[in-house]
Amino acid sequence: MSAPRVETRVEPRVEPRAEPRAEPLVEIHNLAKSYVRGEQIVPVLSDITLDIQEGDFTALMGPSGSGKTTLLNLVAGIDKPDCGTLRVGGLDITTLTESQLADWRASNVGFIFQFYNLMPVLTAYENVELPLMLTGLGRSERRERVEMTLSVVGLADRMKHYPNELSGGQQQRVAIARAVITDPRLIVADEPTGDLDRSSAADILAMMQRLNTELGKTIIMVTHDGQSARAAKAIIHLEKGEIIGNVEPASA
Amino acid sequence: MAIPLSYIARNLWTRRLTTALTAGGLALVVFVFATVLMLDAGLKQTMVTTGEYDNVVAIRKGADTEIQSGITRVQAAVIESHPSVALGTDARRLASKETVVLISLRKLGTAKPSNVVIRGISPHGLELRPQVKIAGGRRFASGSSEIIVGSSIAKGFEGTRIGSTLRFAQRDWTVVGIFDAGRSGFDSEIWGDADQLMQAFRRIVYSSVIVRLADGSDFERFRADVDADPRLTNELKREQIFYGDQSRALSTFINILGLTLTAVFSIGATIGAMITMYASVANRVAEIGTLRALGFRRGNVLAAFLIESLLLGLVGGVIGLALASLMQFASFSTTNFQTFAELAFRFTLTPGIAAATLAFSMAMGLLGGFLPAAGAARMNIVDSLRAA
Repeated sequence: MSAPRVETRVEPRVEPRAEPRAEPLVEIHNLAKSYVRGEQIVPVLSDITLDIQEGDFTALMGPSGSGKTTLLNLVAGIDKPDCGTLRVGGLDITTLTESQLADWRASNVGFIFQFYNLMPVLTAYENVELPLMLTGLGRSERRERVEMTLSVVGLADRMKHYPNELSGGQQQRVAIARAVITDPRLIVADEPTGDLDRSSAADILAMMQRLNTELGKTIIMVTHDGQSARAAKAIIHLEKGEIIGNVEPASA
Repeated sequence: MAIPLSYIARNLWTRRLTTALTAGGLALVVFVFATVLMLDAGLKQTMVTTGEYDNVVAIRKGADTEIQSGITRVQAAVIESHPSVALGTDARRLASKETVVLISLRKLGTAKPSNVVIRGISPHGLELRPQVKIAGGRRFASGSSEIIVGSSIAKGFEGTRIGSTLRFAQRDWTVVGIFDAGRSGFDSEIWGDADQLMQAFRRIVYSSVIVRLADGSDFERFRADVDADPRLTNELKREQIFYGDQSRALSTFINILGLTLTAVFSIGATIGAMITMYASVANRVAEIGTLRALGFRRGNVLAAFLIESLLLGLVGGVIGLALASLMQFASFSTTNFQTFAELAFRFTLTPGIAAATLAFSMAMGLLGGFLPAAGAARMNIVDSLRAA
């Protein structure tokens, strides 16, 4: 397993980057985000600086309210920071309009959620096909891709099943197929094993590791479970909206 | 490409009880709306088919109906002899000098009296109305106290069977035939010999003169001649226009009453659709967030919910229209305000009414769905995803 390649300015324990490397996939600089709760402004993230290289599998850990999901949402382009720069694949996504951001997400980001977030009225096949509706692909090309992807996640025989006819693990595998169907560079996963039993969780994590190692997908995963975080190549700890350090998964 | 239609339609199907109840509410309004239009169309069709394009009706100037009109024998003879009037096979003018009187007859079942038109016609009277066919019995004999009754009268009034006798104008009149006037206004009339009826009712003037034009385009010249003739105080109208005008007041009444009711009901149905669509949005907040995260734009979400509400309206429209189409098998009779006589007509469904009805229903759905759809499109992605 390769060494973690995550840097942070605020944490002295992290070694500064020693030599020039390829441009990171995700570059975050002085990022801050706060929410307004009633009349109060609650800071969620402050002064985050972080690089994530292409091909990394990074786990974001921290207690509730530490800002890990907010950081994930910002990187995935479904939330906007108050200040700072956020470049993904060399593009500053904070400058994009809402429609541009939607198009960018459609082709660059795959989402995996804790509760799978499948459309209950669509079959496994149709759920996986959904992101392809935003591409110019024809029906036969879509069919080919969906069938292949569902086979890869081991659900070739469950294509016509609706989510409520599938187990939690199977639903999450459909969600993984949906996340990778458009071949995005970045996959974000928010507690992907949070709703699963240990055995299903292990399957899902193994599948994500395969996506990372075999297909080279960059994955950022939010988890509060140390065991799940060990599947990642790097773990970033957040607390009270700040990065307090990163560790090798082996010592997590 | 937008959110697939299968997703939209299946969401309606998944909530089929709510969908059915909302569509049912819309269907009721659509039913009222469609039946009002069908009633009006039926009334107009009945009155228009009552008239023949080449026939001209002469009545007294200022009179709107034959009941109010009076034409002297001299005036009738002048009109009848105008060169524009066609000749019959018997080489006599194709004209019918007619008298129209109202009598009161008992309706079947209710025993309630209702006004019925008695029309005295000349020998050419039937020839001038080719849509009128003897459906049972025979024609009345000239110079006799025989009468024939329209099919709606035969179905709806006491003592109108063939062989029965009706007593009015101090005479007994024998029903010798039933005529079918092709669902025109004549179906609600009783016909007899004009001279006999005028004698019995002690009338010395005709109510109207009906003539057939030799050349349909001669009407304007004919009218100009009649206007210019100092002996004549009569007004000429094409028969179709004459009867069409007679339905105007009833048509306006039906439309105002029906459309006011529809407008009031439609507010309720639209609010029903709105509540359903708000519930639909509230149940799918996480799905909306997911769709947006996957890259669907606000416009896609807006369109999806608007299409869903349109489909809801369409379902209601189809059900309402199907119910309304059954009304075609029913006939309706009421008093025409202008002639004060009973008039039977049918609910008539035309393609235009079907299209207007479906459009109305979809408009209600769309109107009800607009605010919920706009709300769905405005949702914040992160907040929506938290609802999972």
